[in-house]
Amino acid sequence: MRVGLFVTCLIDAMRPRIGFAAIKLLESAGCEVVVPEQQTCCGQPGYNSGDRKSAVTMALKYLAEFETFDYVVLPSGSCAGMIRVHYPDLFRDDPSMLARITALGQRTYELTDFLVKIAKLEKAPGKFMGSLTYHDSCSGLRELDVYKQPRALLATMPGVTLNEMVESTTCCGFGGTFSVKYGELSTRMADNKCRHITGTHASTIVGGDLGCLLNIEGRLRRNGDHITRVLHVAEVLSGLDAGQDSEAN
Amino acid sequence: MQNTAINFKRQVTIKLSDARLQDALSRLQTRFVEGRSAVIGEINDLQETRTAAAAIRDRVLNDLEHWLLHFEQQATARGAIVHWAETGEDVNRIVAEIATQHGVRTAAKSKSMVSEECGLNDALELAGVKVMETDLGEYILQLAHEAPSHIVAPVVHKNKEEISDLFAEKHHLPRKTGIAELCREAREVLRPAFLNADMGISGGNFLVAETGSVLIVTNEGNGRLVTTLPRVHVAITGIEKVVPTLEDVTTLVRLLPRSATGQSITNYVSVLTGNKDSADHDGPEHFHIILLDNGRSSILGSEMQEMLRCIRCGACMNHCPVYQNIGGHAYGWVYPGPMGSILTPLLSGLEASPDLPNASTLCGACAVVCPVKIPLPDLLRKLRERQMARGMKSRQETLMLKAWAWLALHPAIYALATKIGVRFMSLLGGKDKLLHTLPGASGWTDGRDFPAPAGKTFRELYRQGKSK
Repeated sequence: MRVGLFVTCLIDAMRPRIGFAAIKLLESAGCEVVVPEQQTCCGQPGYNSGDRKSAVTMALKYLAEFETFDYVVLPSGSCAGMIRVHYPDLFRDDPSMLARITALGQRTYELTDFLVKIAKLEKAPGKFMGSLTYHDSCSGLRELDVYKQPRALLATMPGVTLNEMVESTTCCGFGGTFSVKYGELSTRMADNKCRHITGTHASTIVGGDLGCLLNIEGRLRRNGDHITRVLHVAEVLSGLDAGQDSEAN
Repeated sequence: MQNTAINFKRQVTIKLSDARLQDALSRLQTRFVEGRSAVIGEINDLQETRTAAAAIRDRVLNDLEHWLLHFEQQATARGAIVHWAETGEDVNRIVAEIATQHGVRTAAKSKSMVSEECGLNDALELAGVKVMETDLGEYILQLAHEAPSHIVAPVVHKNKEEISDLFAEKHHLPRKTGIAELCREAREVLRPAFLNADMGISGGNFLVAETGSVLIVTNEGNGRLVTTLPRVHVAITGIEKVVPTLEDVTTLVRLLPRSATGQSITNYVSVLTGNKDSADHDGPEHFHIILLDNGRSSILGSEMQEMLRCIRCGACMNHCPVYQNIGGHAYGWVYPGPMGSILTPLLSGLEASPDLPNASTLCGACAVVCPVKIPLPDLLRKLRERQMARGMKSRQETLMLKAWAWLALHPAIYALATKIGVRFMSLLGGKDKLLHTLPGASGWTDGRDFPAPAGKTFRELYRQGKSK
């Protein structure tokens, strides 16, 4: 099957390795992966800030770039949630566009959700050895029901021990622009998350959304923790979790 | 009640460093979150029940005038007197008039958040009526001259030690430390208040249209005393609280205590119908019901109408990671947490509470637990859209959003801008690959580092890989 990869703006700029990790995983599940070059952002920052108009134009751009694929996959629950759950709301008054955007939304998946439900990846190629703990990012969890999928994939890796943290499903405090607008509050929420992570004694904290991971890593480092590794689930599952990003090529 | 939501950010700073408050809030999790989760599964068709509850509320809201008139007719037929109040001041005036009419000197009051909207206690004191709060939490707050910080557990922000100190100071009795002793002491003070009160004042969880009854859901028993002992009973509630039938109420009552306090049912569910007639031994001689609008009717028929489904269980705030860290007072008005962040702007002005719709990560925990399926994050977002449409966003934010949207629609320039941006950030990140400050984003870097990007965008690396 022909899969379009929407890398997401944050991964494109901040941690490209996750994009390559997603490609590797999709290819090992037998997919043909295409990365449309004109892609940018799903429109979530504007949408959640009350700028509905810009979100509509981004949704149309997404439709133009991805409608021909069998499936579209994103290594992010919040961007996938934006497309599956919120794009249809943007076109609630335009039945013909609504039908197209909903149909494409139904073929749009968060990475681990896709690997488990559609691509049926039986064994993750990663070689991670050690203990990790998993943070459930809000949109993936509550909009797309992503909870078991990453755990099921991690369970196919014999070297992985999963130490669950308490309140793994509580928000880390990222919330996009919230993290800057309400920095103090956001930092406190990140602090609570970091405390729960540290409490597991896992060597690595893993999640499916880079925004949350940057928030968590930022607080861990500021608190002087330079040891706990912070990785995207795709990095762990693919084996692209070590060394420099340039090795991804 | 005065609205201080405009000071939200400053209030957050204060609350985050209030050690006593933080200690008190830490118990919220066990008491309410785990409490709910322990009993909510007793409803084996939970999702269907929530859907049914939402439908009951929607049926009323879609034809509110009809149901209110039906309620008034039934209540009046059974001897109650129904008053309509457009504003909080109207409520205060009506209660004061009733007090004068019946020669009321003292009133005993059970918990009512609607009366907090009106600032009723102060108004009655001015009118010469002595008011005694009899809900334990509200009584404590009355002694301390503080406002409730939670709609179900009003004194959740205080710990036991503070209450011991307060009782010792105000009751002029030796300081007690055990919870049972403290409760006994409060009881001894409150008992004469019930017996001597000329008027009882209560809220109303539901108004039952078919019987004209006011239904209240309580635990302490003070609600029963307040509504049956004094010769005058005044129930005050919002116009949106009508429910067609008693059977409909049973659906809502299956959900309310479980969502609110983690109880399968509260100690008391009182259905108050009419005044005392010749056949009754107990009950008030005069039963007045005051229905307050205070902006609610302006929400009807709007894109925000779902907010009026709310049955005031407090589950949204109990599960909100923002509320859990700052408590209720930071929100600045009667209703805190997610429901308050929507109701406060709607009832007392978006201009007066510009932070409330934005101070949420839209994590969705509230919507999952809401017993009447209010899409709280969507409503918060709609308020943000209103702010945008009314030009209430800061110039800086509007500009940033515009710039981002423009860039995202011009992929070639976007690619160039991000290419330069990530190189620059990568350089700034230095050896430890962390940015300690970010221009324009001190909100982030005051408390966190920013992990530096790799230095090349995915786009660049992918193209390089393909051309190899």
